Amino acid sequence: MSEPSRRASELSLRELARWTWRQLTSMRTALVLLLLLALAAIPGSLIPQEDIDSLAVTRWKEAHPELTPIWERLDLFSVYTSVWFSAIYILLMISLVGCILPRLGVYWRALRARPPRAPRNLGRLPESVAYETGESPEVVLERAVEVLRRRRFRVVTDDEAVAAERGYLREAGNLLFHLAVVVVLVGFALGGLFGYKGGVILIQGNGFSNNLTQYDDFAPGSLFDPSDMEDFWFRVKQFDIEWITEGRSAGQAREFNAHLDYRETQGGETRDYDLRVNHPLTIGGTDVFLIGHGYAPVITVRDGNGDVAISGPTVFLPTDQTFASFGVVKAPDAAPGQIGLEGTFYPTFVLDRDAEGNLAMPRSAWGEPLDPLVSLLVYTGDLGLDDGSPSSIYVLDKAAAEPVLKEDGRPLRLDLRPGDSVELPDGLGTVSFDGIERWNKIQISRTPGKLLALGGVVLALVGLLGSLFIRPRRAWVRVRRQDDGSTLVEVARLDRSSGADPEAGARELAEIVDALAGAPQEERS
Amino acid sequence: MTDAQWEVFSYEAVIAAGVLYFLAMLAYLVEWAALRRVASDEVVAEPVAVGAGSAPADAGRTPSLEEGPGRRVAMAGRLGLVLTGFATAVHLAALVGRGLAADPNRVPWGNMYEFTISGTFMVALIFLVGVKLRGVGWMGPIVVTFVLVALMAAFLGLDDAVLPLPDALNSPWLVIHVVAAVISTGAFTIGGILSILYLVKARAHPSRGYLARIPSLDRLDRLSYQMHAFGFPVWTFAVLITGPIWAHQAWGAYWNWDPKEVWAFITWVLYAAYLHARATAGWRGKGAAWLALAALATLWFNFIGINFFSTASQHSYAGEAVPVVAPAEAGSTA
Ligand code: HEM
Repeated sequence: MSEPSRRASELSLRELARWTWRQLTSMRTALVLLLLLALAAIPGSLIPQEDIDSLAVTRWKEAHPELTPIWERLDLFSVYTSVWFSAIYILLMISLVGCILPRLGVYWRALRARPPRAPRNLGRLPESVAYETGESPEVVLERAVEVLRRRRFRVVTDDEAVAAERGYLREAGNLLFHLAVVVVLVGFALGGLFGYKGGVILIQGNGFSNNLTQYDDFAPGSLFDPSDMEDFWFRVKQFDIEWITEGRSAGQAREFNAHLDYRETQGGETRDYDLRVNHPLTIGGTDVFLIGHGYAPVITVRDGNGDVAISGPTVFLPTDQTFASFGVVKAPDAAPGQIGLEGTFYPTFVLDRDAEGNLAMPRSAWGEPLDPLVSLLVYTGDLGLDDGSPSSIYVLDKAAAEPVLKEDGRPLRLDLRPGDSVELPDGLGTVSFDGIERWNKIQISRTPGKLLALGGVVLALVGLLGSLFIRPRRAWVRVRRQDDGSTLVEVARLDRSSGADPEAGARELAEIVDALAGAPQEERS
Repeated sequence: MTDAQWEVFSYEAVIAAGVLYFLAMLAYLVEWAALRRVASDEVVAEPVAVGAGSAPADAGRTPSLEEGPGRRVAMAGRLGLVLTGFATAVHLAALVGRGLAADPNRVPWGNMYEFTISGTFMVALIFLVGVKLRGVGWMGPIVVTFVLVALMAAFLGLDDAVLPLPDALNSPWLVIHVVAAVISTGAFTIGGILSILYLVKARAHPSRGYLARIPSLDRLDRLSYQMHAFGFPVWTFAVLITGPIWAHQAWGAYWNWDPKEVWAFITWVLYAAYLHARATAGWRGKGAAWLALAALATLWFNFIGINFFSTASQHSYAGEAVPVVAPAEAGSTA
């Protein structure tokens, strides 16, 4: 009793598997998966992504506390590495491979097969012509072979017909395209798994050794191995920038150029490189890019005891095109109380008045430091640096800090020009603005597989061109001696591509017939 | 000429091109209005495809344009085409002038205004080439109206100062990348117009008027396919080859999933789906046409929507140029 039923279920299991496989590798499924992939890519362009702009993600999370846990559960902050996105493209790849492999076999056989024999009745084909001639069937057939060969058809003959086919490369192109898509994906995955991307902000004059501790931000692939990191070193000797001073684009900067010293290995010889936008420095498999620049005001804070609590250039981040820049200085070790400064650096400070004479918001008129000024609010209290939790050097934690007030009870604002020094109230200390340095944002990335991916897309493009523009088609010529001694010649043509163009087809058929018949003959259809 | 004079020249050329497109549109309207009085089987669907060098589209319809109302109709159609040709030439002059107005001289692709006048030029140019190669003169009224509206919208709404390209855009790859993107956008736009015509005609089963005279559904579908088949490899080249090469040089990663890239990818996937749909039972014809339109919608959304609404994109041409070469994220921790 149990025997047959088990066999039946085995059978149906196998059938189920086969059915599933057929479904998965069907054209319709490929279509649906492609549509799904397009759909799934959308959220990542609307919601900030961790890998692209983690700051924006943090801001978004702060603004949407209720949605955040749901979004996190759905991986919406890292869509392109999420399980569901991967699932779609992995399914698509399986479908793709499952679709291609059998077609490779079919194609291989079709390549070696002879063009199919002429159908019995050529006149039934939509594109056909017949005419009568006094020439013998053999002569016509011989000419047909020649004509079709010249038109680069592959030709076979028998006694009464010629069968010809061309355009085999279309299928090859199509297969190449689909295989190349897999290659691209492999290349892309290699980069994502084994590569890394990191950034560092370097004050002019400072050096950088390529190891993890020196990065400001670092995004490794999931299989990244730090021992793959190339052991190079570089230093920004000098950063040049050219300001357009006249004309309508005055105030824009161009020609950013960071003059580097670099060594490919720690002990290697030192070389020069001009690191510019669009001109990365490549060391082994790693690329070094110049992607940003800005100002670092040199600010010194002395505490109530006169000890230097902090001193040096502080990176301020530009907030607009005039390089008005926002930044924070923290002096957690100051006594009697911690001191935090927060404010804006204006390279060329201006304070406009409107028509009524009211003061407008201060602004920077120019990106170049023509009249630099730094404007800072002062905080004291607990800056939140002691509890060990990570905090951004660009954000002042004011939860437990208080603004330092002037005598009139308004917050104290320090407006300092280079060289200025101001004493803080309540014996907190002094703040001085000693000068301005420049910084560069350097991005360093290693993307294994990028040439594989590039080669893959190029191949895909080549395959695509073949697939779209090679027209596979067949042609037949059949001759029959008629009772009156004349020869009936039938010519037919069949287009097999999805973009078949009847006009071009009719033209080709007419040309073949013309070449075959020499002068136009009396046509029968 | 000075830069400022070139800039004025460019604006004047845009206006002149607009006027010419407008006149072309009028000529086409005259043509199609007059055609309403001619029985539709008297005149071929391509009354203006003179010298198009293509075989008559649908065998069986023979031209009878030589006398009577047909002659006037053909004249109007021909006038429309000639005016479109002139307009396109002046349009090109506007582009060149715009490039010469910048200091240093550059390709006219620095902002949305410039992209729009380049893209509309490409639509007009591809239309003219299509008239020559495929006898699509009957698309004239639609194409010219579209180009005119888009050009004027750009002129009135998107105009922006001629600024030099930010350093990141200053690369030969930009030229190649954008040329390819603009060409494929033009081809997809024309392909999309054909798909719309296909869908409208498939629904209306018209016996009179414009819809009755344009080519058969089969031929519309095929023309649309040919446009898309031309556009797709060019788009592939633009967004999946030159785009990543340039992104790699300028931003340090060849693919960033930046919103602009994401939408270019979505467009690519949808056009691939369109090509599949044409080979899939049940999707052929209408389904494919809808897919082509969906893909075109994403293409335009990428151009308009992402530029205006996304702040995350490094490709924002719409607003102010980014202050630094690329935004320096404050990702670091103390
Ligand atoms: C990553 C996924 C895929 C992409 C991007 C893609 C893309 C394309 C493109 C652009 C074409 C147009 C070329 C042409 O019309 O000749 C095409 C054709 C084709 N694809 Fe795919 N494809 C994918 C997956 C698949 C899968 C899974 C299958 C298997 C069912 C498949 C089967 C075909 C077939 C049979 C054609 C030829 C259609 C025709 O005769 O026009 N593709 N594909």
